[in-house]
Amino acid sequence: MIGAVEVTPAWYLVLGAALFSIGTFGLLIRRNPLVMFMCIELMLNAVTLTFVTFSRMVRDTGGLSIVVFVLVVAAAEVVVGLAIIVALLRKRPGATADDVAILEG
Amino acid sequence: MLDAVWLIPALPLAGFVILLVAGKRLGEPAAGWLATVMCAGSFAASVVVYVGLLGEDEEGRQFTQTLFEWVPAGGLRVDIGFLADPLSITMALFVTGVSALIHMYAIGYMHGDADFSKFFVYMNLFVFSMLMLVLGSNLLVTFLGWEGVGACSYWLISFWFSSEANATAGKKAFITNRVGDWGFLLAMLLAFATVGTLNYEGLFASVPTIAPVTATAIGLLLFLGAVGKSAQIPLYIWLPDAMAGPTPVSALIHAATMVTAGVFLMTRVNPILGAGYDWVPDVIAWVGVITAFVAATIAIAQNDIKKVLAYSTVSQLGYMFLAVGVGAYVAAIFHMIAHAFFKALLFLGAGSVIHGMDGEQDMRRMGGLRKFMPLTAVTFMVGWLAIAGVPPFAGFWSKDDILLFAWGSGGADGKVLWAIGLVTALLTGYYMSRQVFMVFFGEPRWRDAEAAGVGEAEPALVGSGGASGGAITPGAAGDAGEATVATHPGTAVGSHGPTSEHAEPHESPWIMTTPLVVLSILSIVGGVINLPFNERVDFLEDFLHPVLGVNEAEIAVSTTAKVALAAVAIGAGLVGIALASVVYLRRRVRAAEPKVLAHAWYYDEEVTAFMGGPGRKSFDAIAWFDAHIIDGAVNGVATVVRGLGGRLRPVQSGFVRSYALGVTVGVVAVLGYFITRVSF
Repeated sequence: MIGAVEVTPAWYLVLGAALFSIGTFGLLIRRNPLVMFMCIELMLNAVTLTFVTFSRMVRDTGGLSIVVFVLVVAAAEVVVGLAIIVALLRKRPGATADDVAILEG
Repeated sequence: MLDAVWLIPALPLAGFVILLVAGKRLGEPAAGWLATVMCAGSFAASVVVYVGLLGEDEEGRQFTQTLFEWVPAGGLRVDIGFLADPLSITMALFVTGVSALIHMYAIGYMHGDADFSKFFVYMNLFVFSMLMLVLGSNLLVTFLGWEGVGACSYWLISFWFSSEANATAGKKAFITNRVGDWGFLLAMLLAFATVGTLNYEGLFASVPTIAPVTATAIGLLLFLGAVGKSAQIPLYIWLPDAMAGPTPVSALIHAATMVTAGVFLMTRVNPILGAGYDWVPDVIAWVGVITAFVAATIAIAQNDIKKVLAYSTVSQLGYMFLAVGVGAYVAAIFHMIAHAFFKALLFLGAGSVIHGMDGEQDMRRMGGLRKFMPLTAVTFMVGWLAIAGVPPFAGFWSKDDILLFAWGSGGADGKVLWAIGLVTALLTGYYMSRQVFMVFFGEPRWRDAEAAGVGEAEPALVGSGGASGGAITPGAAGDAGEATVATHPGTAVGSHGPTSEHAEPHESPWIMTTPLVVLSILSIVGGVINLPFNERVDFLEDFLHPVLGVNEAEIAVSTTAKVALAAVAIGAGLVGIALASVVYLRRRVRAAEPKVLAHAWYYDEEVTAFMGGPGRKSFDAIAWFDAHIIDGAVNGVATVVRGLGGRLRPVQSGFVRSYALGVTVGVVAVLGYFITRVSF
């Protein structure tokens, strides 16, 4: 057996941070509402991953239960958010997030 | 039996509600009879409670009935409750009794009026309000009734509101009363701030702990309220104008209810008055006696049959305040009751005359009516003798009581008060006799429409018939010389609308004369409730003793002096009558009716001029202050906020990604702060 590299919890934390950063940058630089939406999902999953990791590190189920909450909230958010985005794109095909600024009073 | 106290106000209230809902359907005269029966039932309930009170011994004659909690607000707890004690039941008895008679009379008087049932709606509400005022167990319930009679008086005075003058008179009464209500309200707030309760019981129990200066303030503020409601100087101006209402209303306002509220209130709060500085009663006495005198002087030059009675009411109320001021609370209540009898009688009698004359109110167009309206004339003359203080009529005993206490109240002050009161008694005899002689004696003048028609422009003109067109007015030939203004001869008949086509004056129907007869009997024998001969016949004084206690003045006047004072008082009244008979009956002397008196010392005009001139200007200034300074401050704050908001608006750009950037930068900043600055 070749000497396997031990996967420590720190790896997962780094992965979570990397995913979160990617999501954040994606949210800031992309204009397609659907892509921005996916970036938000990415950030949510990064946070979820971090919670699971910490939960395992401190041997506490609190983090796991929060994950369940995050999943539920994310699902609800997807339902509403996606519906808005689809409605928007139907009305104005190819609309960007900046075009929504016309809603500002 | 005392439990029946709630019935006293409840019955008129029930009458009010029923008439409000079904008054039109009941129609005439059922609506009037319902209202009358409700008042009579209320009177019966008062009698029951009265008998119940007599059953208790003197200490126990106080019964509080709490119906429900009305205002539970923090430290303030006010109940709808009734206080049945000798004072409130005495008031309730004559208020309900006289009101019932007036209601009955009104059925006849309002006959044929388009708003017959509406009239009785207001009347019952009026009686209900007055009973709340009288029976309330705390200042707030009393205030409720206080405002209630104010509102009802407004509705009733301007009952025939299609005429501008009537509507104005109603407004005047309401607004003038408002000045007094302001005092009442402040007194209530002050009492609550000082003692923490509005209950009479609690208030009086803690009187020893109230500082004299506070008690003085409460007392004077309540007195201001009483001055407004009871039409004393300087707020009496609404009462003479209140004549605009139908005559039963005048009788109700002037005799049984409303104006007596002020005197009642002063008597009710006698412990507070007693706890104030000792000059407070002097103020009350002087305001009263000056009002009595001034109003009496005005009354001698009025030509409207109801105006004379109105000023005489103001004058008699002045007597009552004089009595309160010298500590003779019993005499004040006594005179109030006697006054309720004879003034209701006089007003209803005047109403009967007006009814018989088809709405004529000018005494210069009356005369000789005793032949046409014998019953009205006889009963009216009973009222006349009663108010003039001729024994053994009711007015003599009560007025004599007041003058006696004024004399005995000590010092030169008391003697001066007595002297002014005596002169007022003389004037009372004079102006009432003048009225009786002008209305019921002498030559009939109602055909001389033109002769009196000029009177509006020349109020000082003596009320004598003679127009220049003597041929048309043969009956007035003897008076012709006194007409100073030449009128339009030959046009007297047929040119003056309804008055010149007077049918003969006629006696009123039985429904109107019955109350007159009852009231005249009461005016004759009313004095027996408080005869001065010995301790055992002082019924009213004994009955009221628990309420008044030590605050009722004690005077030391020998029996001889009492008899002498009474003789002088009778003499003054008789001199007044004799003078009037010389002037108005025998016509030996030309009547002196100075213009200044006919115009009520120009006080009304002065008030109007002041309010229209400087008053108006100061109100405009206040309105400007309100619009620019007060509103300016409020609007200024709004402007500043709006300006700041405008500066911040660009931040809300609508670009989702810039919001996201803001959030990200914020999170990074917070994280950076925690990581670098905070040590875990």
